[in-house]
Amino acid sequence: MANVYDKKWSPFQIFLMLFFGFICALVLLPIINIIATSMSGKDAIAMGKVRFWPVDFSTDAYHMVFTDSSMIRAFFFSFFLMLVKMALSMIFTILAAYPLSKRDLPGRNFFMLLITITMYFSAGMIPDYLLNKSLALINRFWVLVIPGLVTAFNLIILRSFFMSINQSLFDAACMDGCSELGTLVKIVLPLSKAAILTLSLFYAVNRWNGVSDIILYIQNPKFYTLQYKLKLMLDTIYIPYEEGIEQTVTPENFKAACIVFTMLPMLILYPFVQKYFRKGVMIGGVKE
Amino acid sequence: MMKRKLTIPRMKKYLPLYVMLAFPMAYFLIFKYGPLYGISAAFKDYNIFKGLFMSEWVGLKHFQQLFGTPGFFQALRNTLILNLGELLFTFPIPIFLAVLLNELNNEPFSKSVERIMYLPHFLSTVIIAGIIYQVFAPSGVINNMLMKVFGGKVVPFLTSPGVWRVTYWISSVWSGAGYGMIVYLAAISGINKELYDAAYIDGAGRFCRIWHVTLPQIRPTIVTMLIMNMGKIISIGFEKPYFMGNVMVEDASSVISLYTYRMGLQAGRYDFATAVGLFQSIVGLIMVLLVNSIAKKLGEEGLF
Repeated sequence: MANVYDKKWSPFQIFLMLFFGFICALVLLPIINIIATSMSGKDAIAMGKVRFWPVDFSTDAYHMVFTDSSMIRAFFFSFFLMLVKMALSMIFTILAAYPLSKRDLPGRNFFMLLITITMYFSAGMIPDYLLNKSLALINRFWVLVIPGLVTAFNLIILRSFFMSINQSLFDAACMDGCSELGTLVKIVLPLSKAAILTLSLFYAVNRWNGVSDIILYIQNPKFYTLQYKLKLMLDTIYIPYEEGIEQTVTPENFKAACIVFTMLPMLILYPFVQKYFRKGVMIGGVKE
Repeated sequence: MMKRKLTIPRMKKYLPLYVMLAFPMAYFLIFKYGPLYGISAAFKDYNIFKGLFMSEWVGLKHFQQLFGTPGFFQALRNTLILNLGELLFTFPIPIFLAVLLNELNNEPFSKSVERIMYLPHFLSTVIIAGIIYQVFAPSGVINNMLMKVFGGKVVPFLTSPGVWRVTYWISSVWSGAGYGMIVYLAAISGINKELYDAAYIDGAGRFCRIWHVTLPQIRPTIVTMLIMNMGKIISIGFEKPYFMGNVMVEDASSVISLYTYRMGLQAGRYDFATAVGLFQSIVGLIMVLLVNSIAKKLGEEGLF
């Protein structure tokens, strides 16, 4: 809050509030339109009556989504994949950040250089693909976990955080010669809970939302994530049709319900997640 | 720098740390540096039966072929157009919004604005494309409202290559403006409040305070963001054009990463596609270094 010079209800302040109210509406209304469409009747949708409130309320589209076992399956698979990826990514990031936070570790700058370079240069899509192919990872579960295991950016953030902890604090605590691993687990990690939670969320959200590796590496429907499943649903023009039952769901209706279903976990967790992401932006902004 | 000898007791002290470090470093060497070997495919005739190592060297053949292929130039042009447009719209808007929001004297209100605007950043590209397709469809809510107000024909937001570009930019602003705004707000929150007080006492008005305090103070952040954006001018992640595009707008949506994907993984021309990707990486790197050194010459801090 830089501006403490205006009165709270001065014309300019009111203008600003109206302006930002309008901007927020622009951000939210497309989402609201999708939610309204997902809960409207087929005739109202076909006639273009649905704006920002359901018309002829109907839950038939959701009924279709929830009876599609492949969608539910993809949801649980995505969740499982996210947890595995998040845990492994964090373990590897911590294992790198802790030694590299030691100012007297010989070769530290060399390792940091190797890691930092990967932020600015990558070999490209095809060399990555050829490597994963030669490691026999194509169409395997682990191809969704290992190639993106550690992000240099996250590592640098965590390392800066470790370095900001007062070193003498745990030197003193470990006077009677406890191991490095002991120091890390017993002293450093408990002091870094907020940073670890923030980075875990970075990894989790990236895995939850990422789809390009599935397009590149996965053909087996067993490993389709929810986001990719949504893409397949959005690509279909026809919707499952049962003999003898009158069609009550239009493609727009069904697609909107699929989008809402896919969006829902993030919308629910958003208030919690955004807080930590904003902290991450702050840390990222002040990195060394 | 003082060189200390690596004696046995010293090594013993650091051994556990090196053991820890070995795991993530192995990851970086295999998965970040390992693919560098695959770059050699760009200079070989890749033979799937012989493998990359045994394939024959052909020098710059694929690069010569590259510059004679219309598809490549189309992809290059599309990448540049989409990115330049994005730079033009998505770069200044967050700065503008952050500076204005900072003028708001109502904490709860501006906190809610931040929260709402940050939301689309957390939606996946698939969801964003899905929402855009529903909302901008011929029978979608935007066309409906436009027809009601202005009458006339349906606007082909998703099917005419020229208009599709605008739709693409709109979706970028929609999904990215909040995040950008938060980055600048973080920078603004680091400004020393006394600067504002001093300006106020000297009789500086609102505009004057923005121009002489806020903007100069967040200039390093603006420059950093600009360098990063310029480095990406030749590369677009492949997800967004892939999900936002369709058959009818192919002429506008085929960007380099998508072209690499089609040539390499779909047509199986690994060697040619690697050359395309390598061209993109190298130009991207040159752009970052170039803009960085220009920024430094102009007296800015730069990235490195």
